[in-house]
Amino acid sequence: MFSKIMVPVDLGHLETLAPALEEAGRLAAWHGAALCYVGVTAATPGPLGHTPKEFAARLDAFAAGEGARCGRPASGHAIISHDPAVDLNHRLIDAIRETGADLVVMGSHRPGWAEHIFSSHAGYVASHAPISVMVIR
Amino acid sequence: MSDVTDTNLPSPEGEADIIDTDYEVGQDNITPKVGPFNLDIHNPVFAISGLTVVAFTFLTLAFQESAGPIFEGLRDWLIGSLDWFFLSSANVFVILCIALIVSPLGRVRIGGTDATPDYSYLSWFSMLFAAGMGIGLVFFGVSEPISHYESAFGGISSEAGARVDWAPLGGAEGDVEAARALGMAATIFHWGLHPWAIYAIVALSLALFAYNKGLPLTMRSVFYPILGERVWGWPGHVIDILAAFATLFGLATSLGFGAEQANAGLAFLFGIPDGNAAKVILIIAITGVAIVSVVRGMDGGVKRLSEFNMILAALLLLFIVLAGPTLAILTGFVSNLLAYGGELLPLSNPIGREDDNFREGWTAFYWAWWISWSPFVGMFIARVSRGRTVREFLVSVLLIPSLVSVFWMTAFGGTAISQIVTDGVVAVADAPLELKLFVMLDGLPLTAITSFVGIILVIVFFVTSSDSGSLVIDTITAGGKVDAPVSQRIFWCTFEGLVAIALLLGGGLAALQAMAVSTGFPFTIVLLAACYALVKGLLDEPR
Repeated sequence: MFSKIMVPVDLGHLETLAPALEEAGRLAAWHGAALCYVGVTAATPGPLGHTPKEFAARLDAFAAGEGARCGRPASGHAIISHDPAVDLNHRLIDAIRETGADLVVMGSHRPGWAEHIFSSHAGYVASHAPISVMVIR
Repeated sequence: MSDVTDTNLPSPEGEADIIDTDYEVGQDNITPKVGPFNLDIHNPVFAISGLTVVAFTFLTLAFQESAGPIFEGLRDWLIGSLDWFFLSSANVFVILCIALIVSPLGRVRIGGTDATPDYSYLSWFSMLFAAGMGIGLVFFGVSEPISHYESAFGGISSEAGARVDWAPLGGAEGDVEAARALGMAATIFHWGLHPWAIYAIVALSLALFAYNKGLPLTMRSVFYPILGERVWGWPGHVIDILAAFATLFGLATSLGFGAEQANAGLAFLFGIPDGNAAKVILIIAITGVAIVSVVRGMDGGVKRLSEFNMILAALLLLFIVLAGPTLAILTGFVSNLLAYGGELLPLSNPIGREDDNFREGWTAFYWAWWISWSPFVGMFIARVSRGRTVREFLVSVLLIPSLVSVFWMTAFGGTAISQIVTDGVVAVADAPLELKLFVMLDGLPLTAITSFVGIILVIVFFVTSSDSGSLVIDTITAGGKVDAPVSQRIFWCTFEGLVAIALLLGGGLAALQAMAVSTGFPFTIVLLAACYALVKGLLDEPR
């Protein structure tokens, strides 16, 4: 049913992503879908790369590793944003169109009262994406 | 290799001289959870910056009697004794900028040889002005030309062999035209090449070391060529803490004074009572809008507000040109530019001058002030300047803004001087500083509309300084990370408003503004080091 699964990842906090990554891999195998790992960075140097190019290379390497682990074709999709802390949600919605994905699988933390003020990333994507979104907690 | 797909930003890169360091951006950061909020802050820069600000605010409020004289004494001593140092350093910055424009180093591109600009020219200019100079141009555009015109017209007077007048250079006693030319030249001198060169040096070095060398976007990175890996330790912490401290107090005290001035304007125009309640409401409103702006982010908040105000400022300027003495303003632009050119060397001369009051009280004070603002404005300009070549950057940050300043001062100040000289109206000259703009607008048609536009302009320029300043402090105290949680920028924005309110109610705005201006001295040394690092860094870049 699904042919391309988009998985937003924060390479700096992979430890919290394990359940989502597992589920995305299983779904990809089940549907025979490709995996696309999406990461967002600023153009300024950050912990994940001195330049956006380095960030993209790191994301690609991560995608290749995940693809091999799950036995599915996988790619990385790096997004550069002027202000990632704010633009992240919108850029993830843009990425759905850019990657041509038909399912989003993403991890989320348990909602707390802060979610009443700022919606979680997964919450935003689930509310605004034109395609199916699976939120893994 | 995946495509770096992106709708706003082009793929950056091409060749650049990345510095090979083991330091990872954010490696000294800690991520505590405060209530429901996750933080990502540099240890110890965040804590020390915040605590120092709180400590200075409390000490100033607790020991008002002595804090004022100490801080103001420090500032006056610095600009009085080290005026030659400030003047010479500012000259170095201008000369270096111009040399870089004409040298082959001007071909280096920020972000690598193939990088393309993040922002259009209009957005870029709007943000340059909105962050660093807009508010000053609105407030001093009328008052400063009048001050210099009057002191120049009054001529020189001496007591015990020292000059006691405030005239620039030798003054122009009794000569209306010469005093007008000298007054405008002196004003433009303070708002022209020198301040923009100060901002340009900081911005260009930060942009180079972040986008081309891969170091974190924070003040300390500029020192890498001098301090090497030690820059990640205490020497670097001190530089960053000082930058956060100067930025926060510079913004908070300006906000406090700005509220007083905006309140005076509102009282004059609409009869709103002039009191602490109104001022506190103004600070809360400005801070509130700034918070909305930082939460909406660079593109959705900061950029849009800057563009809005730039358009508003352009409309007001156009109105003054059309409704005021149009021909005089247009010819004045050329003659003021020539007067500025003619007086530039004598006014920049750091030694052997007799105009002590003017040179120390105006020029050295201004240079210290611009320099104390330079970490904030420079860092903000750096963040939005990726993709420009050094030449393009300097022409756009040095020459074009200087020309805009000349035109602005000609329109606002020139119109006010004309009202005094030609029409014999002295209301502008007699009005208090914060009301001069509105009294000048009173002499033109459609006063109600233009004064209202003037007030909005002032308030929004405060918002655009406050929001970009909060982003800068947040980045510095997050070790150069621009993607720290949004709650942190809200914290700094709120903190700045609270400090402004505390100082306004408790008294201490003047004292801590003097302290903030005094940080111009250590930052002058930082900037001179930045000049060295900049040239060295540029020489290693592919051109």
